[in-house]
Amino acid sequence: MKSIQRLVAALLIISMSLTGFPLTAQAAIVPTDEIIATDVLVAQRERVTAFFVRDDVSQALQARGVSPQAAADRVKAMSDAEVSQLAGRIDQAPAGGDVIEVLFLVFIILLVTDIMGLTKVFPFTRSTR
Amino acid sequence: MLTAAPALAGVLHWAVRLIGLLAAWALVGCATPQLAELEKNWPADLPAQVELKHVPFYAQDDFECGPASLAMAATAAGLTLRPEQLVEQVYLPGRKGSLQLEMLAAGRRQGLLAYPLAPRLDSVLREVAAGHPVIVFQNLSLPIYPVWHYAVVIGFERARQTLLLHSGRTEFLEMSLATFEHTWARGQHWSMVLLPPGELPATARPEVHATAAAALERVQPQAALLAYTRALQAWPTQRSALLGLGNVAYTLGQAEQAIHAYRRATQVQPDFADAWNNLAHVLLEQGRVREAQQAIEPALNLGGPRLASYADLAQKIKAADERAVSAP
Repeated sequence: MKSIQRLVAALLIISMSLTGFPLTAQAAIVPTDEIIATDVLVAQRERVTAFFVRDDVSQALQARGVSPQAAADRVKAMSDAEVSQLAGRIDQAPAGGDVIEVLFLVFIILLVTDIMGLTKVFPFTRSTR
Repeated sequence: MLTAAPALAGVLHWAVRLIGLLAAWALVGCATPQLAELEKNWPADLPAQVELKHVPFYAQDDFECGPASLAMAATAAGLTLRPEQLVEQVYLPGRKGSLQLEMLAAGRRQGLLAYPLAPRLDSVLREVAAGHPVIVFQNLSLPIYPVWHYAVVIGFERARQTLLLHSGRTEFLEMSLATFEHTWARGQHWSMVLLPPGELPATARPEVHATAAAALERVQPQAALLAYTRALQAWPTQRSALLGLGNVAYTLGQAEQAIHAYRRATQVQPDFADAWNNLAHVLLEQGRVREAQQAIEPALNLGGPRLASYADLAQKIKAADERAVSAP
């Protein structure tokens, strides 16, 4: 019984890990979003790299002991994991709700910060700034 | 009086703590860098005052600021939509709100171009100046007790430093730009426009537009056709739009149009392997084996990440050619 279970488990592990790799590529129409994934990554990389070679940024980097070249190398070494990261963030992405879910405990704090113009929870407050 | 003393002491105690907290907050939370930049350097092409009259106001029901904001923007873009029709598509009862990604997706399902803006205040103002209402995502409260909210920006006034919004249950809510920047920054400066697909956002960037149009293609190919056509007017060599025109035609079963679009793509971008591949694919399906053979050749030579799939297609074309030759 035990050995059968082991066999099943082993087979499952193999088949599960194989699902990640396409064994043969099928002839197909290349969908638009597939080429975009590549294009967007290229554009993002270009933007990040351009950011590091900007005068003020590279000066700030140098002031902190980082050479712009080292920064550019780090960007090059980064992976293309943006998409999977995004998927992971969906669950934490804040959901927009409403003011009506009332905040009794922090009511006063918010009232005052509203008046200071830092927040805008209450429709009746007018900011002083 | 004696009984009131402890209560008074309690109130005083809280008041002192509150003041301390606020002082600490004031030190860290007062910067509105984007507004400061705008004040210093108001862009010459940005008018001093805008108010969009064509954006309707739909008051939200409890928590349903997402559907209401979408409906306002969609109606301004020429559809007739009520918030109730969108609740099912964006509202998450468990979260008492709507996710930003779903706001974009729901906009596309209406056949509109849902375009996320760059996280800059001047982008928001530029879109409004171009007549496009902007859906903004705010945390109206403090990070420790977030009150997330969607609203629609419909105007601004430079002299008074105010923004005009349809927000919640308030029509034409006037908010100081500083307060807006505070509440908006807590939502990571997220905003979007919802436009007819043939229209370009005023702040459109080619790669962002490409992503938005391709996402639209998945749900509304016909609408994406307009978006791609518009993109090519602005950026005549954009690969995704060139390929997208062919892909939409292919999805809609219009083989001739697809062939035409793919051929154009390979003419504009001769090193575009995916376009050659798609051209060969449709030609083969149409039984034009010889032409398919000619089309797959450049894809094989150019290579790239999808070379294996081109090679597979080349095999199929070869097989079809041999069948044709051996047939009597």
